[in-house]
Amino acid sequence: MHTKTLLELGQSLRSGEFSSVELTQGFLDRIKQHQHLNAYITVTEAAALQNAQAADVRLANGTAELLTGIPIAQKDIFCTLDVKTTCGSKMLDNFTAPYNATVVEKFNQAGAVMLGKLNMDEFAMGSSNETSYYGAVKNPWDINKVPGGSSGGSAAAVAARLAVCATGTDTGGSIRQPAALCGITGLKPTYGRVSRYGMIAYASSLDQGGPMARSAEDAAVMLQTMAGFDEKDSTSVDLPVPDYCAGLNNSLAGLKIGLPKEFFGDGLNSDVAATLETAINEYRKLGAEIKEISMPNLKLAIPAYYVIAPAECSANLSRFDGVRYGYRCENPVDLADLYTRSRGEGFGKEVKRRILMGTYALSTGYYDAYYLKAQKIRRLISEDFKNALTEVDVIMGPVTPTTAFGIGEKMSNPIEMYLSDIYTIAINLAGVPALSVPAGFVGGLPVGLQIIGNYFAEDRLLNIAHQYQQVTDWHKHTPKGFE
Amino acid sequence: MEWETVIGLEVHAQLATKSKIFSGAPTAYGAEPNTQACAVDLGLPGVLPVLNKEAVRMAVIFGMAIEAHIAPYSVFARKNYFYPDLPKGYQISQMDHPIVGVGHLDIDVDGVTKRIGVTRAHLEEDAGKSLHENFHGLTGIDLNRAGTPLLEIVSEPDMRSAKEAVAYMRKLHELVRYLGICDGNMQEGSFRCDANVSVRPKGQVEFGTRAEIKNINSFKFVEKAINHEVERQIELIENGGRVVQETRLYDSVKDETRSMRSKEEANDYRYFPDPDLLPVIIDEDFKAQIKAALPELPEAKKQRFKSDYNLDEENATILISSRQLADYFENVVNASGCEAKLCANWITGDLSAALNKAGLEITDSPVSDERLAGLLTRISDNTISGKIAKQVFEELWQSTSSADEIIAEKGLKQITDSGAIEAIIDKIIADNQGQVEQYRSGKDKVFAFFVGQVMKAMQGKANPAEVNKMLKEKLQG
Repeated sequence: MHTKTLLELGQSLRSGEFSSVELTQGFLDRIKQHQHLNAYITVTEAAALQNAQAADVRLANGTAELLTGIPIAQKDIFCTLDVKTTCGSKMLDNFTAPYNATVVEKFNQAGAVMLGKLNMDEFAMGSSNETSYYGAVKNPWDINKVPGGSSGGSAAAVAARLAVCATGTDTGGSIRQPAALCGITGLKPTYGRVSRYGMIAYASSLDQGGPMARSAEDAAVMLQTMAGFDEKDSTSVDLPVPDYCAGLNNSLAGLKIGLPKEFFGDGLNSDVAATLETAINEYRKLGAEIKEISMPNLKLAIPAYYVIAPAECSANLSRFDGVRYGYRCENPVDLADLYTRSRGEGFGKEVKRRILMGTYALSTGYYDAYYLKAQKIRRLISEDFKNALTEVDVIMGPVTPTTAFGIGEKMSNPIEMYLSDIYTIAINLAGVPALSVPAGFVGGLPVGLQIIGNYFAEDRLLNIAHQYQQVTDWHKHTPKGFE
Repeated sequence: MEWETVIGLEVHAQLATKSKIFSGAPTAYGAEPNTQACAVDLGLPGVLPVLNKEAVRMAVIFGMAIEAHIAPYSVFARKNYFYPDLPKGYQISQMDHPIVGVGHLDIDVDGVTKRIGVTRAHLEEDAGKSLHENFHGLTGIDLNRAGTPLLEIVSEPDMRSAKEAVAYMRKLHELVRYLGICDGNMQEGSFRCDANVSVRPKGQVEFGTRAEIKNINSFKFVEKAINHEVERQIELIENGGRVVQETRLYDSVKDETRSMRSKEEANDYRYFPDPDLLPVIIDEDFKAQIKAALPELPEAKKQRFKSDYNLDEENATILISSRQLADYFENVVNASGCEAKLCANWITGDLSAALNKAGLEITDSPVSDERLAGLLTRISDNTISGKIAKQVFEELWQSTSSADEIIAEKGLKQITDSGAIEAIIDKIIADNQGQVEQYRSGKDKVFAFFVGQVMKAMQGKANPAEVNKMLKEKLQG
């Protein structure tokens, strides 16, 4: 059962080939069997089986939707009513929200069955899932490698078939990078397309939730449920949600693809580059025109990001103070002690590093030089994308400079770790949508192709990815031991 | 040396919205601790602020009332600091782009009108409260107030005495209540201020170093705190010391200010635009709608009362002190058809005295505008005398009857029948021949004796004008 795609499973459920309870039990068994991947922080077995039963009722009475009865999993950054939400941190190890995130609520309404909460880098800060308080997640393609991050648990779970699909969030590449390193399809929607309500904030102006699935088609079904205006999120955009599946089979003849020369220079592993070239050739065969373009400000994306994101996070994480909920140190002697020890003991190293960087960047005397400057760069980068996307329909490039790196390899060198997001970060700064699609393997490890589109052109991106998946089978490969 | 005081005020007015500025929780005062704080007010993870449009509307109303520039584009910013009653670890406020720009307010001190500049007014959320009593050395946190909308109104350093500062604060207090944007309740902290105070030698252009006195919540304390602070600064300088820039607290019990934190200890608030909220865009349509619905402002109302109703400055000032009182007055004038001056005198006189004594506001008056009008009509048409009217007013206060019902029931109707009056006068003249002689020999004062006798005999119900006229004729013989 676990080898089928979301749409295939939906058909089987509706035709009565097997029940949602059977399917859910099958996935719960696989989660237990592959615990060593450490993809889940919390498995909600009893609730999942109960919800599967409810889904079976809907399947029987004809009120089922595409997702009804489908076992999915939520990144542990989305708040879930009555189920612990940790954000990968000791700080929230004891936290249960009295509400569902809008995204969670929408999946519940659609009848999807939540298997549990997925591991992630602490507060979504990391590119390898190694900063999690709950330990590193292993890449199913090679358990000595990282799955990427911060949605590492989501990517590993989908790749290893421990969930049909999963949610992720992407602030600087946290959906696309792990999707690429684990060989699945992951989409970061346009900023404002998916509600952030109940999604624990890292950098509010960059954070965006999105689908992580086996195929573009499955991702389209997920996005259909996730997208839409939410009055509880002022930054969500009040635009109609198109039918993401309707245009999947549109022809790509005449599609103009731009390849920024800045994406294919030094730093990109040559084997990865060759793999991408093959993938782009496939598009040529599908009728697309390929054009080299230039986006001169892309090189400024990492420094700008590492000012803006930490600045926002330094304020966003102030609420974790040991006063109302979350971790509190033992026997504080006074208020200052309560604050410093609760935060000092509750946060991990990378989180503290970013809070410090952000606090510094916003301080009197540095604000103009760092924060304001970074905002100016952000505008320049947005202009680069707007200009490029008047010339071409979509932009393609790498997701990551290399395939998955070894666990522990980059933990001692934060700059090198930050550089693994060099191709994804600019997209968040501009706010445009982008997805990662499996495009081949190098040394047995997956390589992802990034496709970037104009604001709210998710339907087009899914169409372009789906057409590629009609002529390739990279997305159908399963890691050994997880067949 | 002669010193000059320089004062600027930052007034915090809680806006009278039903729900909080960024959440749907109610703003009502006095509930059990932490029962009016939702997930957003508690700063739980993942929740997001959503701006209450009503708070924006109220800020714009205020801006228009002080003839200020209304920003077409304003931005919410995060003001970062840690405190247990600040759940998010930052306060959502406005920094670089406040919603209300430069405006002004005119105050009257000792008969002289002075214009005080308003630098800006911005929207922000209030914090919760830290409770230090009854927790055995621990601190309790009540987050009911967290997220209550505040309008912070910042003045220019235009005031030169504590008296002017109080006049400005009173004027502002009157205005926000007029506009219906703040209940003005100072005990509950709905209207409070910080005062920036400095002194300089008279004639010096540069300002002295200022101290900020925090959280003063009564007109009396504003005056005392400023006067105390001015004395402290002058004494310090004259003894060779130097004023340091710092935040001070006013202790109303000891009547002194004391240092809270120096400039060096001050927080670096690290303001930056709040990425959870979009900029507030105010277009001409929105402004036009508000302008059309703007109530008549106190100053304009006062001028109108003086010209349309011929009221003197004193009565006009009292009557416009609240919108409800002014409305009451106009309702009485319209319903009674009496001379405005009579209405004004009754309202600022007997009615106000009774309300003060009972500790009531005009809105809670047991005598409605309609019932008072009924009474005044009967004075005007001579049904009752002014003296009897006071008696009827007492009954109006105690009962729910109308003036006419009371007059009828108690038989208080004034007697204007000259025959009845004449009979009484004749009898009194006959009984008091000694006094008649005195009067006729030129002792005019005795006239009052006769009036008193007649009124007594007629239980006050005789028409005084009629009595006077007839008595004069009869006495002159």
